[in-house]
Amino acid sequence: MSIDLAIERTAEAERELAEQLLQCGERHGAEHDVFDLTRSRAQQAQANLERLASAAARYGTQIDREPSGSGVVVTLREKTSELLGRRPQPGLLLLADLEQLHLRASRASLAWIALAQAAQAAKDPELLSIASDCHPETLRTLRWTTQKVKESAPQALAAR
Amino acid sequence: MHTVEARAARIADPWGERTPYGPGEHWPERVDVQLADGLTERDVESWHRSASILHSNGDALDIAVKDGRIVGVRGRADDRVNHGRLGPKDLFGWQANSSPDRLTRPLVRRDGELAQASWDEAMDAVVRRSKQLLEQKGPGALAFYTSGQLFLEDYYTLALIARAGIGTNHLDGNTRLCTATAAEALKETFGCDGQPGSYTDIDHADTIVHYGHNVAETQAVLWQRVLDRRAAPDPPTLICVDPRRTPVAEEADLHLAPLPGTNLALMNALIQELIANGRIDRDYIERHTVGFAELAEQVAGCSPEWAARICDVSAADIRAAAQAISASERLFSTVLQGFYQSHQATVSAVQVNNVHLLRGMLGRPGCGLLQMNGQPTAQNTRETGANGDLPGFRNWANESHVEELARIWNVDPLDIPHYADPTHAMQIFRYCEQGSIGFLWISCTNPAVSLPELGRIREVLAREGLFVVVQDIFLTETAELADVVLPAATWGEKEGTFTNADRTVHLSEKAVDPPGDARADLDIFLDYASRMGFTDRDGEPLVKWADARSAFAAWQDCSRGRPCDYSDMSYDDLRHGGGRQWGGERLYADGRFWSHPDFCESYGKDLMTGAALEPVEYRSLNPDRKAILKAGAYVAPHETPTEDYPLFLTTGRTIWHFHTRTKTRRAPELHAAAPDVWVELSRDDAERVGVADGDMVAVESPRGRVEAEARIGTARSGVVFVPFHFGYWDSAGVDQRPRAANELTRTEWDPASKQPLYKLGACRVRKLP
Repeated sequence: MSIDLAIERTAEAERELAEQLLQCGERHGAEHDVFDLTRSRAQQAQANLERLASAAARYGTQIDREPSGSGVVVTLREKTSELLGRRPQPGLLLLADLEQLHLRASRASLAWIALAQAAQAAKDPELLSIASDCHPETLRTLRWTTQKVKESAPQALAAR
Repeated sequence: MHTVEARAARIADPWGERTPYGPGEHWPERVDVQLADGLTERDVESWHRSASILHSNGDALDIAVKDGRIVGVRGRADDRVNHGRLGPKDLFGWQANSSPDRLTRPLVRRDGELAQASWDEAMDAVVRRSKQLLEQKGPGALAFYTSGQLFLEDYYTLALIARAGIGTNHLDGNTRLCTATAAEALKETFGCDGQPGSYTDIDHADTIVHYGHNVAETQAVLWQRVLDRRAAPDPPTLICVDPRRTPVAEEADLHLAPLPGTNLALMNALIQELIANGRIDRDYIERHTVGFAELAEQVAGCSPEWAARICDVSAADIRAAAQAISASERLFSTVLQGFYQSHQATVSAVQVNNVHLLRGMLGRPGCGLLQMNGQPTAQNTRETGANGDLPGFRNWANESHVEELARIWNVDPLDIPHYADPTHAMQIFRYCEQGSIGFLWISCTNPAVSLPELGRIREVLAREGLFVVVQDIFLTETAELADVVLPAATWGEKEGTFTNADRTVHLSEKAVDPPGDARADLDIFLDYASRMGFTDRDGEPLVKWADARSAFAAWQDCSRGRPCDYSDMSYDDLRHGGGRQWGGERLYADGRFWSHPDFCESYGKDLMTGAALEPVEYRSLNPDRKAILKAGAYVAPHETPTEDYPLFLTTGRTIWHFHTRTKTRRAPELHAAAPDVWVELSRDDAERVGVADGDMVAVESPRGRVEAEARIGTARSGVVFVPFHFGYWDSAGVDQRPRAANELTRTEWDPASKQPLYKLGACRVRKLP
């Protein structure tokens, strides 16, 4: 059985998603909804990690729960974002970052699907319940990135 | 009645004398009249029908005219809304019409200064810039920001011009600041906008709950109806949810004062109590709703003790509120800004809908729900699509709705932008800041005082490369930043209709001519359409009407068959019959909702992120004509008190003023009643910072500061309140103090309704020397 691997992969995907969310928010501090929502979604991704950590212990593995990116680096990124954000046409940059976010969220979503399938096959109801609780939150992030691309693309691409 | 003493009395007691009445009885008439000094009703030469324009209650009145001037108002005894009563803003606010500083000539900025110009010069400048941008950058470079204070005919015309004439997705109203959450909450639960309840529910209710709704100050006449029930035998139980000790809280049997940003925790606990104690109507839920299992699961852990810790309200009080709601057989609820402008706005407001659905209390006398409006004509902004919707509560994500609208307008469906949610106000200002919008036409609103984080908004409006058109009746703080200022006519000087918060439509007649060259808003929009040469698919003029009456007739066509159907009420009906509700007295009496996938206004959103549901997902919910019970988990707000900013900040209205005081400041009685901004502090917070009643204090947030006199005792512990009406036009050159509450507020909005969160931020207070 390689359920420990599936847990590790899911954890890695969620951790990277959280990091990407925080970075995206920091880069687009002047897009106030992006700033606030990415922080909320990153918190949720971290909550997912917490849930996974308990299962990881049962399968004899450990996962890294902390997304990187704090302190000086963040402050620097926030300053850059202020400078970038108040300049014309940051719309294209936002689209590119949303695309990256979307890919990370998709990857995390697939990892949850694999983990849930494995949990069923291994008859581990506890792990299955973690997956059923956490996966919808990842899907919610995925759905939000889709929505934000739909909203932002016309102005970024067609308004010239 | 028209003496100086009577005047002082209505300022001392803004709600006037009680006329008690019991459950199910007729609310007695009481006719309020206010005329200019020395005049009696016999001196009045003519009376003209209208309704209140300084709040959302829609109180019917007649405008008194003598020698071509407005000389007063009189409440209409025969109208369903107010039975003759008027609030203080209506009694005195009409005086602003004849202020000597009305705008009477267009202004155009030349060499940095606004200078008088002719209508031709001003409109040429507007049209030149519009055409230039359309050609160089396309329709996404033009935006329109309108109001909740124009008339239905104005909005419908503007919606047609912006959507199908220019072809821009950027049209919104300042209703975004006041009623966006009301509309969104109704759409999420019932599939469509439209207030289910009626003011007459107050006549029958045994329990009334005001959620974040200081009705005493925002709808003074509605509050009189409540007080009159409370003054007679068998009064309704009254519950108030508000962090401040408002007049409603003073009167209430039970006052819950949750910390700002915690409404959802409180609501989830109330719902959990109803479910846990079996005080729900399972038969109604089964037959008329979907989503119960998810809601029950979401609130499962939300005990009163859990909510008590988050909200800082006692668990016993939460239980008592749940018990009162449980015991009620005729429950009437209203919701306003305390929920709409706070954290998790839409999902909190939706829980009030859920309370009524779980109890099966809708569509019967006394069983009513009003997601209130803040402004007099906000309902029309929503109905006509001058905000983030399509006209007639059509669903922009439903191709057949767009095709139907295109047929009515005789344009190609592709000419109506419907590829994404129409751009909301805060995003419009962001695009202006980015520079992708180069033309912003602001009608009848004052964003330089009313939007959050004013330092930023002033920079945006003054931005080089942004052409700002302001259409208003006074030189507001916003108009001072404009490139072109268009002088408009106002209430009493133009004809049109508007609709209040319980779907009552009133006709407002033209009583007098506007001053100087000022023009009716509709005429300004029609002139623009004609100069722009907008055409339909046959090359005929796009806008096919020439005045308010014909605009209304066009709207009747557009609304026919939709929920807000005006096709059965004409100008003549409204002129002779008085206020009339669309949709009948109460909606949803049969428990059948406007949620069918082919009919609904919206497929709904994820309330935590605002991401739209796909049509196929909505269909799979199987709402048919059922209501949708939506749930959400409480999460902590983004900005909470810190060591540097240890207090919560909340902002709001007072009874004496409206919006940014453009009119109420010019009514001497209203100005005298509240001449300057103030800051409300709790006793213990005041003690902690060493401030006494009447001291001057500075309130500071990470965005800015306000200096004002302290009033102690009405705020709850840990919370500071600042009224938002005060700006700078009347203090310039006299007093340089920062006094607009929105210097302090944060740029954040609810993910689903996009309403800014004016009632949530952190601040600190210190005494000024």
